[in-house]
Amino acid sequence: MARMNMVQALNSAMDVMLERDPRVVILGEDVGFFGGVFRVTDGLQRKYGEHRVLDTPIAEGGIIAAAIGMGVNGLKPVAEIQFADYIYPGFDQVVSELARLRYRSAGEFFAPVTIRTPCGGGIRGGQTHSQSPESIFTHVCGIKVVMPSNPYDAKGLLISSIEDEDPVVFFEPKRIYNGPFDGDPHKPAVPWSAHPRGEVPEGHYRVPIGRAALVREGKEVSVLTYGTMVHVAEAAVRLAGVDAEIVDVRSMAPLDVDTLCTSVCKTGRCVVVHEATRFSGYGAELVATVQEQCFWNLEAPVQRVTGWDTPYPHAFEWEYFPGPARIAAALKQVMEAA
Amino acid sequence: MTPRSRLHVPAPPARPGQEPDFSYVQISPAGAVNRPDVTASVRDIENLALEMVRVLDDEHRAVGPWDPHLEASELQVALRHMLLTRLFDDRMQKIQRQGRISFYIKSTGEEAVAVAQGMALQPGDMLFPSYRQQGLHVVRGRNLVELMCQCLSNTHDMCKGRQMPIMYHWGSGNIFTISGNLATQFPQAVGWAMAAAIKGEDRIAASWIGEGASAEADFHYAMTFAAVYQAPVILNLVNNQWAISTFQGFAGGEHKTFAQRGPGYGIPGIRVDGNDFLAVYAVTQWAAQRARQSGGPTLIEHVTYRAAAHSTSDDPSRYRPKEEWRAWPLGDPVTRLKQHLIALGEWSEERHGRLEKELEAHVTACWKEAESYGTLTGGPSLDPLTMFEDVFKEMPPSLARQREELRALRSAAAAERRQPAPSVAKKG
Repeated sequence: MARMNMVQALNSAMDVMLERDPRVVILGEDVGFFGGVFRVTDGLQRKYGEHRVLDTPIAEGGIIAAAIGMGVNGLKPVAEIQFADYIYPGFDQVVSELARLRYRSAGEFFAPVTIRTPCGGGIRGGQTHSQSPESIFTHVCGIKVVMPSNPYDAKGLLISSIEDEDPVVFFEPKRIYNGPFDGDPHKPAVPWSAHPRGEVPEGHYRVPIGRAALVREGKEVSVLTYGTMVHVAEAAVRLAGVDAEIVDVRSMAPLDVDTLCTSVCKTGRCVVVHEATRFSGYGAELVATVQEQCFWNLEAPVQRVTGWDTPYPHAFEWEYFPGPARIAAALKQVMEAA
Repeated sequence: MTPRSRLHVPAPPARPGQEPDFSYVQISPAGAVNRPDVTASVRDIENLALEMVRVLDDEHRAVGPWDPHLEASELQVALRHMLLTRLFDDRMQKIQRQGRISFYIKSTGEEAVAVAQGMALQPGDMLFPSYRQQGLHVVRGRNLVELMCQCLSNTHDMCKGRQMPIMYHWGSGNIFTISGNLATQFPQAVGWAMAAAIKGEDRIAASWIGEGASAEADFHYAMTFAAVYQAPVILNLVNNQWAISTFQGFAGGEHKTFAQRGPGYGIPGIRVDGNDFLAVYAVTQWAAQRARQSGGPTLIEHVTYRAAAHSTSDDPSRYRPKEEWRAWPLGDPVTRLKQHLIALGEWSEERHGRLEKELEAHVTACWKEAESYGTLTGGPSLDPLTMFEDVFKEMPPSLARQREELRALRSAAAAERRQPAPSVAKKG
């Protein structure tokens, strides 16, 4: 076991897979010689060579298309899109191609591509370096979508994603790359070394795709969330003084309906939290699922706490961010409802 | 008067009712263009992008440095492939008109591109076609029955009823699945070729795109990645003058040749007479040899003409002169190869007629067999529950639940058909 932050854990996952499987290649902008703008691929080109860790032109559509071609030719490409906000030029290649190859060729062609991309705000990135576009991808049948909330899951999920025979979009909540963040930007940064999930095996292990994780057990209300917001929700629960159960969704597609709904049926109350905008956001899918599966156990209307339906504003980041106070207010509201 | 800017809105030289005018197509005499060594630097061979490589002259002789010197027997095979492609297309079009398939796309007038290139490449080379290269399947020996079954979405459909007609694929034949979203295959082919080089193989990739779709960003991605990594790939731009009703001027063809884009990226560009089987074969051979010895990619512009409608859903008489194809200065690729063989003393009208009859009968027999596996209106049919397969390698629980939902609905409907619900008595 070693102490790792999320950047190191992700790096370790790719290191392990490059070592184990000669089919694995890494490609993306600045990922090679430089080691990535967030340092996630640091040292990998030096270790595995420039044919396996490739710097690419600044063309997200080209990166994803090339990764698809490589995947069809038997490689297991891990493509980095430098910010999730930059993924849109590659959207056609993801939706019409990557997600559909296996289906349209009745299983003859497929491309086991992993797309890694940092998402989320709270780093003064403004509207083009802060987005959380996960629901745009969960709406596309044929791809898996995951987002870890800690170093242990980050490494295990990335290994599972690379090994998966289907394409995976792997969102990395960059606000918690270096430490868990409880939603208060004025507090000093906390490192992962003090966190139990900052303890990460150095070798190969998997965290399965399609399984949610119980972060905190509780009896009164279930909080369904993922990514950075897992830690913000923990702070909010302390603030509200309720006995909440927190479920880290972790794998958005496929979704672990059983774990989520077992929790909500037990507590009878539910708050859904994500950083992305609300309208048609991933929370709508969670709320609909809870309504279908847990309606007769619900004591109160399900609440959503999300980013506002505006672009991410540079100067008003913390007014936009669904921080502990807003989550705590929602928790109180579901507790007070009849 | 103060100067002001004005848009230039391209217009084709002739519209319906007007005389066809192809004076904009610059044509080099057969045999006039030099054939550089395959190791030549891009800078030294930029003329190939502006001129036009042609081998067959007006007397049907093969002339000049690009003559690939094929055996007569190979030319006869080529003619057979091209003729079969044309007869297959003609038959499928008729079948569509009879309402027996929903849609079809012919390659009439462009058969030399797919057939010559398919023949010039190795069987292990990976092909990423667009939707008008059915000749590639013909060259690689695909049973026409399989193509027909795909168009019928029947029980033998390789796509299991998931794709419109003509969206073929062939894993074991190394022909990639066709996408309805244009141009996406172009940069994918480059990625495939990069992987071949990473693995140290000598296989190369080839892809095809129309001049219309070359306006998509995917074209630029493909050219950039191919040039940057010197990927072993042949990028073919089939300039058939028309993208549905959009003439080539709207893809930027008025100001430069499409082949000239190649040198702009640092890639050799070769402009070739796309209706000249020998010329297409020769430039493909050149590009393939260059790619196989780490010389990198080549962009080939095939100058040809879409003699048919874009698809069975299109009516070209609304936007171009009806008989425009008759005025096309580069003629008909099938006729030109046939005349060449006749000039060589290796073919005759009589043999051609016999071959046509034989291939017609073959297409008829194939169609008969294809129909026995089910049609749109009758015979055996695919199980709709298969629609849930292959979305993922393993079906996730959510999809399994949806499949059960459909299964239950179908069972209930079937039960009702066996035992109709009693009709409600009408009032009055």
